Amino acid sequence: MNELVEAFRLVLAPDVMIAILLSSIYGLVIGSLPGLSATMATALLVPVTFYLSPIAAVASIIAASAMAIFSGDIPGCLLRIPGTPASAAYTDEAYAMTRNGQAEVALGAGLWFSALGGVAGTISLVVMAPMLAELALNFSTYEYFWLAFLGLMCATLVARSSPVKAIASMLLGLLVACIGMENPGGVPRFTFGVAELLGGIEPIPALVGVFAVSEVIRAIVSPEPPPLPSRRFGSILAGQLALTRKYWRQMTRGNVVGIIIGVLPGAGADMAAWVSYAMSKRFSKEPKKFGTGHPEGLVEAGASNNASLASGWVPALLFGIPGDTITAIAIGVLYMKGLNPGPTLFTERASSMYALYIIFILANIIMIPLGIVMIRAASSILRAPRATIMPVILVCCAVGAFATGNNLFAIILVAAFGVIGYVMENNGFPVAAMVLGIVMGTMVEQSFVTSLIKSDGSLLPFFERPVSAVLATMTIAALLWPAFIWSWKRLRPRPQEQAL
Amino acid sequence: MTSFTRRGFIASASTVLASSIVGVKPGFSQSNYPSRPITLICPWGAGGGTDATARIIAQVMEQKVGQPVNVVNRTGGNGVVGHTAISTAAPDGYTIGLLTVEIAMMHWQGLTDLTPKSYTPLSLMNVDAPAIQVKADSPYKNIKELADAIKAAPPGKLKASGTGQGGIWHLALVGWLQSLGLQPNHVAWVPSNGAAPGMQDLAAGGIDIVPCSLPEARPMIDAGRAKSLAILAPERNPQFPNVPTLDEQMGPHKSVGVWRGIAGPKGLPADVQDKLVAVLKEVYDSKEYKDFMSSRGFGTQWAERAAYGQFMDESDRQMGEAMKAAGLAKA
Repeated sequence: MNELVEAFRLVLAPDVMIAILLSSIYGLVIGSLPGLSATMATALLVPVTFYLSPIAAVASIIAASAMAIFSGDIPGCLLRIPGTPASAAYTDEAYAMTRNGQAEVALGAGLWFSALGGVAGTISLVVMAPMLAELALNFSTYEYFWLAFLGLMCATLVARSSPVKAIASMLLGLLVACIGMENPGGVPRFTFGVAELLGGIEPIPALVGVFAVSEVIRAIVSPEPPPLPSRRFGSILAGQLALTRKYWRQMTRGNVVGIIIGVLPGAGADMAAWVSYAMSKRFSKEPKKFGTGHPEGLVEAGASNNASLASGWVPALLFGIPGDTITAIAIGVLYMKGLNPGPTLFTERASSMYALYIIFILANIIMIPLGIVMIRAASSILRAPRATIMPVILVCCAVGAFATGNNLFAIILVAAFGVIGYVMENNGFPVAAMVLGIVMGTMVEQSFVTSLIKSDGSLLPFFERPVSAVLATMTIAALLWPAFIWSWKRLRPRPQEQAL
Repeated sequence: MTSFTRRGFIASASTVLASSIVGVKPGFSQSNYPSRPITLICPWGAGGGTDATARIIAQVMEQKVGQPVNVVNRTGGNGVVGHTAISTAAPDGYTIGLLTVEIAMMHWQGLTDLTPKSYTPLSLMNVDAPAIQVKADSPYKNIKELADAIKAAPPGKLKASGTGQGGIWHLALVGWLQSLGLQPNHVAWVPSNGAAPGMQDLAAGGIDIVPCSLPEARPMIDAGRAKSLAILAPERNPQFPNVPTLDEQMGPHKSVGVWRGIAGPKGLPADVQDKLVAVLKEVYDSKEYKDFMSSRGFGTQWAERAAYGQFMDESDRQMGEAMKAAGLAKA
């Protein structure tokens, strides 16, 4: 109990409160700018945290990353340019809602279910951290392989275009993921002697290129679309309670999936959003409506990605293993501030731990008022002429690409992916599937090859470990399901809603 | 706190400016060096151990020289980009950098032409030796038992992980296996994205051995999931007094380890070198630096100028031998 009081005292210190407020605003702004990602927001905070007290430093990272993941939905919804890979899964859906005049519902859903998801993730962190950590520790590369494979299959489920084109895009993403020497062999591949390519291609520059830059190119070559009827946004939260009641099952499922995926090292908010969106479509009673501006998938994916953000801290805090790129940076800050990750953090420095929990909850609560202000401010973008927005977006992309690594090559990469994305979109290939391929590709290859090294080439452990067997069954069932449906319909021809 | 935030932003803004100016201006009279901000290039990303080391050095340097010292993370190309930027900077003392052990490895693989000789060595700041970790409930009580088990096992039966193929900890293992008179691949290497995932796989039962530095292994050791059998260094690490050295148990062994040091581009004027080395020595001896390094469990070791150059050459030679033995070096 004393520790809890002490924790409140730590959090309520003026410097911590100011740090939370300022970094929340900072995170919201960075996340909402196309081309600037949540990871970048966190990385740029590191030099600042050097001058802060330990709790304030960690608080600023927690607040900024949570806000940035939410506000990544804003440009996705308004301009069809996702701010983070986590928003890429449902960008088309959110944008379709904007075109239908429901921008405030889409953004409100993003905000409301992000905040709820964040709280759910925090509760899981408080109540089940040791249990979740146990789960994460039982995951070896065999399980990761199936998980990544399942993630890849979401490409066909999420895409609105033909599954064949979605698979082609995803395979292109896998090819991109092959570049560099970050592969099991440690051998440079497809680098053509370019030193910058040795480290491979990160998902962020690819994402920024294929979504933001290609959108700019499209704006240059195509006539201005008919402007949306000018109107004031309605209440942002009004419809959300109704949505919560209607889709509470989806929300809960999103939270649970997000928490589980978040706690597994290496699979973060991006994968959580993809899997949840795909699951939502798969189990929906009205899958036909997906992609046309239907909030169901937004609810589930939004609930999922913020839940994963909090549970991603479990392996980071307990074992110093990063759950995603954001916690990888956060671990560095924890060390720098003497809050060394490990079980002793939970026992000897319990007040600091409680303080972190309180900060998580606090950040997700102030997300709602700050988010509403942000959405209101951002909505004016819909009224601004395209010719004034697009150049700004292009500048943001260049700055964002440069900022994390101070490396000019990243800007060239973004430009190249812009052209690739434009050509793909024009020919009906979904670029989101390619981004998914890049995000998952390394994990698929790494987990498969290292598993084979460990098993001396035997495929058996992929099926005989208990968790692995369950995941394998799910994957194979999902693979065979369309074939089963197809043959079922051939054998018993009758009018019936198609499942896929 | 507000002013600190602003300071951070101004610092990063001026960094961008400074680096562009440094590119064009040749070194002028250095008698009043340093008269403007110094840029410290870190070839690795924000939030990592190297980044943290660079930042603590810069912070203390700032107090000693009376000019801002800005850390710039030049990432990309697995460290090649940042190391290149350090070597091609104007040799005026306003751009220096943090070299890491990779500079003694990458050229053997044909990834770059840069070697330790491409720089003006200033000072060695940190060395971390590898240690051998096994699962907490594994039957091996000490390093001797593990060595015997490795010798008894058929080649490839036991698996180890902790970094990518040909990474520093892989080479450390290769060196140790060779000293036991075994083939470099007697213990199969399972590539991973660093020590943390390797330690996780150790706890998950996927692999048998993780060679990595003690600070990297610490969270899992504290969690009771892993134990460290020996540190491959001449002396015990004061942060981990219970971990014996390999030398104590099995006789002397020279092992490769990770190190970090400060260097400038080739041709740094002598007076600038004098000034920088003097300041770096103050940094190294400062309480802030010592406290920071010990809180992270990082080892400290000092060598300056030519001595640091020799240290790098020796490291380079060892790496080359290990990499050739493991078949990882380009002919």
